[in-house]
Amino acid sequence: MNAPLIGARIERKEDYRFLTGAGQYTDDVTLPNQSYAVFVRSPHAHATINKVDKSKALKAPGVIAVFDGEDLKVGGLPCGWLITDVNGQPMKEPVHPSLAQGKVRHVGDQVAVVIADTLDQAHDAAELVEVDYGVLPSVTSTAQARAKGAPQLHEVAPDNTCYVWAIGDKAVCDAAFAKAAHVTKLDLVNNRLIPNAIEPRAVNGLYSRSDDSYTLYVSSQNPHVERLLMTAFVLGLPEHKVRVVAPDVGGGFGSKIYLYAEDVVVTWASKLVNRPVKWTCERSESFVSDAHGRDHVTTVELAMDKDGRFLGMRVKTTANVGAYLSTFASCVPTILYATLLAGQYTTPVVHCEVTAVFTNTVPVDAYRGAGRPEATYVVERVVEQAAREMKLDPAEIRRRNFIKTFPYQTPVALMYDTGDYEATLSGAIQLADVAGFAARKKASEAKGKLRGLGYAAYIEACGIAPSNIAGALGARAGLFEAGEVRMHPTGSVTVFTGSHSHGQGHETTFAQVVADRLGMSIDNVDIVHGDTDKILFGMGTYGSRSIAVGGTAIVKALDKIIAKGKKIAAHLMEAAETDIEYDRGVFKVAGTDKQKTIGEVAFAAYVPHNYPLDKLEPGLNENAFYDPANFTFPAGTYVCEVEIDPDTGVTKIEQFTAVDDFGNIINPMIVEGQVHGGLTQGIGQALLEGCKYDPESGQLITGSFMDYTMPRADDVPSYQLETRVTACTHNPLGVKGCGEAGAIGAPAALMNAITDALQVYGINDLPMPASPQTVWKTIQNAKQKKAA
Amino acid sequence: MSIKVSMTVNGKPVSATVEERTLLVTLIREELRLTGTHVGCDTAQCGACTVHMNGKAVKSCSMLAMQAEGAAIQTIEGVAAADGTLHPMQAAFKENHGLQCGFCTPGMVMNAIDLVKGRPDITETEIREGLEGNLCRCTGYHNIVKSIAAGAKAMAK
Repeated sequence: MNAPLIGARIERKEDYRFLTGAGQYTDDVTLPNQSYAVFVRSPHAHATINKVDKSKALKAPGVIAVFDGEDLKVGGLPCGWLITDVNGQPMKEPVHPSLAQGKVRHVGDQVAVVIADTLDQAHDAAELVEVDYGVLPSVTSTAQARAKGAPQLHEVAPDNTCYVWAIGDKAVCDAAFAKAAHVTKLDLVNNRLIPNAIEPRAVNGLYSRSDDSYTLYVSSQNPHVERLLMTAFVLGLPEHKVRVVAPDVGGGFGSKIYLYAEDVVVTWASKLVNRPVKWTCERSESFVSDAHGRDHVTTVELAMDKDGRFLGMRVKTTANVGAYLSTFASCVPTILYATLLAGQYTTPVVHCEVTAVFTNTVPVDAYRGAGRPEATYVVERVVEQAAREMKLDPAEIRRRNFIKTFPYQTPVALMYDTGDYEATLSGAIQLADVAGFAARKKASEAKGKLRGLGYAAYIEACGIAPSNIAGALGARAGLFEAGEVRMHPTGSVTVFTGSHSHGQGHETTFAQVVADRLGMSIDNVDIVHGDTDKILFGMGTYGSRSIAVGGTAIVKALDKIIAKGKKIAAHLMEAAETDIEYDRGVFKVAGTDKQKTIGEVAFAAYVPHNYPLDKLEPGLNENAFYDPANFTFPAGTYVCEVEIDPDTGVTKIEQFTAVDDFGNIINPMIVEGQVHGGLTQGIGQALLEGCKYDPESGQLITGSFMDYTMPRADDVPSYQLETRVTACTHNPLGVKGCGEAGAIGAPAALMNAITDALQVYGINDLPMPASPQTVWKTIQNAKQKKAA
Repeated sequence: MSIKVSMTVNGKPVSATVEERTLLVTLIREELRLTGTHVGCDTAQCGACTVHMNGKAVKSCSMLAMQAEGAAIQTIEGVAAADGTLHPMQAAFKENHGLQCGFCTPGMVMNAIDLVKGRPDITETEIREGLEGNLCRCTGYHNIVKSIAAGAKAMAK
């Protein structure tokens, strides 16, 4: 208890249950009289539904009910962010049905649901549902979808366009380009990814006739948001009659933020069949139903003066939103993307235009990094290419353009509060031993291998968000967070947080914050999350917001606890309230040795005999809602070193170095784990992963782990990590968040390293994933061109 | 078609009547209510379903329950001591932050215990190769590798 808690590598409180198989994930919950749901999904990318014949399925053993879009007449799934286009018009918002209405628009689109006594019976019966489809031509790439004469997905969206949006002053930008000494241009594709949390989605809905209430167990990152969206916008249920529990959740990465069709169908059906209904996604099913990520096609231009100082940046992006708008889909390629295009640099003007396009693919939404990996990929690829073209060292070109004074107002809306980009750059250069690279390169070449080194100096905006700014930008929700601190009579503490942990370790890190402030052991503090019945409210966990926003809400509740404690202590010690000093669990009368512990104060609050009852209520329980003043801006530099075998195209990551600035750090061990995980996902994007659709049939080709290459332990190295600290200026903990950084910076660092290695062939535009086949083919083509 | 299957699970004899097509993982999770063994995929690649059968790590999703007839099965629930003390491999995962969401963890621990048997000095490369059959999306494997190396040494004591 005497060792400092903030900054300590404390082992996690939650580990015991996970290590012994006692975790409770949604599929582990089986309720009395449980029934099971299986969805019938479209095998076609685009088709009319002419007829759904349920008759055979209804007669199958154990079947309780079969429902389709004709039965489920409820509100469509909402989109939570209204984007206004370049003409001031609202984005196109086609209806997003939970069960298809007359038409299916992607392979996997939900058509019907079968509910039966056992899962096997539901599976068998689902195969008996006969759907008569009228197959239509489909479009799976944005280029196909925008081509003249392309099949239209939605009547309300001509040219399959959801919106054309822009940010930045085009005239000023064009003027900057006109004066440029050099312009570097790159065409880049940010490849579509599938989040693939290892726990598939699951939902178990229970309706209780006795009090007309619902209980929903669901693998969600934000139970209150799930409840609000479903009750208010889709099913028209009284919000207070629905309890949503997100028990242990096996990873989210954004894919479990959204209100999904299956959640709605299960909830709705549980009342009709008057039995709990459980649906657990199968993995190949998750490939065609979980929200996908990324999928941008971009052209970027960077204008510079003769010394490599950035004068302006122009970006044009076409973003695939999939067949329907998912819950936050509209803001990912706009607000969360274009506002980061200044990067760590003093680029005076940026203009970005984004066209969001509907295609016959699974809806696309936020996936770890959500817009910031896309932005970092654009900025850091073009900057490194610019260094090559300007014959400048890649670290030097960055140094010439670093932001050095804070707060800094970027030309793309965001104001960075603080940072030290030189510190993370030079830290990374040192840790990566860049100085020794030339010798290592010679050694590789002697073995017939290529070696390359690449940088990515990323920045991101997290800790979303100030609600008024978010609202002005189109958000339809508030983005504050809530926390409640309950001191019990005997001095132990339960904290209720609107944040959610699906791997981030909040039960430990939040306990560290609380125990530190209250001067007690973390064993005395319990963190409760994930149940709308227990927790006052919450916007949930995503966007690396939990410590910055959720943590601050808890700190503000603690401030109220301590303020009340001072009043109680003053009364107990017969002193003036202004003479009471508080430090880590002890209330002292200034200038004396009179003191009371927080435990004594808590007891007095619940047994208020010697107590100012005329002025103060008994009890010691406070809550706070915290709306952040600004985003937070973690930043850092990654250095990646690769060795490529030109005969096989195999890329080996020789070392990956990350120096990050996350502001103050509560638990370095947990922060490192977040970076490791993010880096591996980023490396997965760059080297291995890629969701592919067949352009003719619209079939998902990468439909399981057989074809979609997930990073495995022998695909990645151990990482070298360090941190530097510039404390966030606008929250009491000085924290910035760390959950997404690795996924944000890694792809650019890796592709820059590979591009560096392939300079000998003059290759500058290798696509992601840079699989062995892609690298090998590219080298062969370049060799043939040279020979020709 | 139904069939009666019998085996020992975590030292206790069990038997159940299941459909012939029932997977071992389904028997474990649904019949025996031992939900620590997880299902993460449908192509036998993620390893979250890993248990021990007669002392060897196997993926319980890729075998039928009846293929375990008469076998000694150990699941994650049977790894810690009866009084709850963690097995040295479990303790190593806790000490080295080898888990985040915990979903892949039972499979990782079951594989790891078999992988390091008799190899207290197993190398990082050998561990990474030995983990090819286990997917993790949270940790990036860095701390899992550290945990397994530490667990290997602790188990050899």
